[in-house]
Amino acid sequence: MAKVLVFIDNPGQALTKTSLELLTIARSLGETAAAVNGELQDEAAATLAAYGAVTLYRPSAADLDDYLVGPKAAFLAAAAGAAGANVILTENSAEGKEIAARLGIRLGAGVITDVVAVDPGGTAHKSVLAGSYTTTAKATTPVSVLTVKSNSVTPAPAVSATAPDSVTVQLPADATAAAARITARVDKPASERPDLAEARIVVAGGRGVDGDFGPLEDLADALGAAIGASRAATDAGWIGHDAQVGQTGKTVSPQLYISAGISGAIQQKSGMQTAKVIVAVNKDAESPIFEIADFGVVGDLFHVLPQATAEIKKRRG
Amino acid sequence: MEETLKIIVLVKHVPDAQFDRHLTGEANAVDRSESILSELDEYALEAALQLIEARGGEAAGNKVIALSMGPAGAVNAVKKSLQIGATEGVHLSDEALAGSDAAATSLALAAAIRHLGADVPADLILTGMASTDGETSLVPAQLAERLGLPQVTFAASLEIDAGKLTARRDGDTHADTIEADLPAVVSVTDQINDPRYPNFKGIMAAKKKTITTLNLADIGVDAAHVGRSGSWTDVQTAEARPPRTAGTIITDEGDAGIQLVEFLAAQKLL
Repeated sequence: MAKVLVFIDNPGQALTKTSLELLTIARSLGETAAAVNGELQDEAAATLAAYGAVTLYRPSAADLDDYLVGPKAAFLAAAAGAAGANVILTENSAEGKEIAARLGIRLGAGVITDVVAVDPGGTAHKSVLAGSYTTTAKATTPVSVLTVKSNSVTPAPAVSATAPDSVTVQLPADATAAAARITARVDKPASERPDLAEARIVVAGGRGVDGDFGPLEDLADALGAAIGASRAATDAGWIGHDAQVGQTGKTVSPQLYISAGISGAIQQKSGMQTAKVIVAVNKDAESPIFEIADFGVVGDLFHVLPQATAEIKKRRG
Repeated sequence: MEETLKIIVLVKHVPDAQFDRHLTGEANAVDRSESILSELDEYALEAALQLIEARGGEAAGNKVIALSMGPAGAVNAVKKSLQIGATEGVHLSDEALAGSDAAATSLALAAAIRHLGADVPADLILTGMASTDGETSLVPAQLAERLGLPQVTFAASLEIDAGKLTARRDGDTHADTIEADLPAVVSVTDQINDPRYPNFKGIMAAKKKTITTLNLADIGVDAAHVGRSGSWTDVQTAEARPPRTAGTIITDEGDAGIQLVEFLAAQKLL
């Protein structure tokens, strides 16, 4: 049976939905272990047991977060060796992919990114060229490293919980020698909204919002959605760059993507065209977004969105 | 007197993302017939040019080498880089490289970079934040691992002083200041600068600049370790996603917001 190692970075109190998805996929492939960096609180440890992890590998050093990726890849390589893992799963964030990249070289393992499903035999499914093709790919090496996109599976705990062993993994002496150091960190104000990459629903605005994301935020809050934006809106400084969806921003695949005041040029489309349902509101009937929308409204977003928000609130009483 | 810098910028010749792009052939490789210099690499090139210009430019002994790996057409990405201002160009091209995945690509690039100089081939290796075709973002990190260098990806600002770099990264929940010793591999975002366009003077000057062509034998890489057969991953099947078709499009006559909610309710999305 395959041995699968899942990388869980700084779980905090509760594991993220993405981490739970990775553990769920891991169990479908074989025996599951987790490599956990950072403090492991009781609640997170209980969740790992509920999701069937048989072993928890912990680093011998507590300062991995002071560096960029390199030392984390060294930890994961050591943990993969200790676990005898055939498959290593990480999240598909920028950092997750970089850790996977360096890990792949250390282990001589093929790396496949942007994975949305994994067959029991290890074949990975992904979409490429901005969602215009779906491909299957497989590592030709004995060990494979897969970075899995959020919202790929519904997380489910194991039928029976485990009582995982904890194993400390020694880091190589040179793990932090040639690594970039994080010398200062400024936290951004925490958002009450879900994380854009993980959100089930995204409400996104573009040039047409003309600096006022208010109606989008009201709708997003009524739906429990994250806020996204086109490059035009972030370049104009109306909203932070981290909200950008598209080729030079984030790629999202939510259940529902509501696009408001976005023309839908290729740069934007490449970040969202794998969304399950697309709803578009735009004044210009010729906007390319209407070519891919499941439901489109040619109209003024400053009228349509508040009306929709009010209707949702009314229906929910 | 500032130190001089030797910067290698990795540039890629990619299919123009403004048009439909396709996978082709038995290996399901990207069709590169209509290709351009990757837009995201222009930011890396601009960052390199600004760093050497602040140090007296080429005249003071600074260098910006544009390095591209790819088939014959990829030399166009090198030429464009020279027109924009790179001081010399290197084109790594060999039939055996076709179909290389990130691991094989990083192996060949690492060997080419070592070939360009013995112990310290460059002070800085700069790349764009991703290629606009492969989109895996693996190569810079794998290159750094192979060369044993620190990597700083997604730099939104970049300064160099006394053999050390300082960069800013903007994350979702926090912004970080990063330091690393040189040499290092750095990828820059599209927020770092506004890339210049080649002007007439640059285009004329580029004609006199050197482009060195290297093959696998030149850089000492065994053909068996690169290309499709030397790669650690294999694309087995590729299927064009059926194009999304337009659904219901209505024109707002006063109640479109309500109709929108009805659509969401019918899709069980509320």
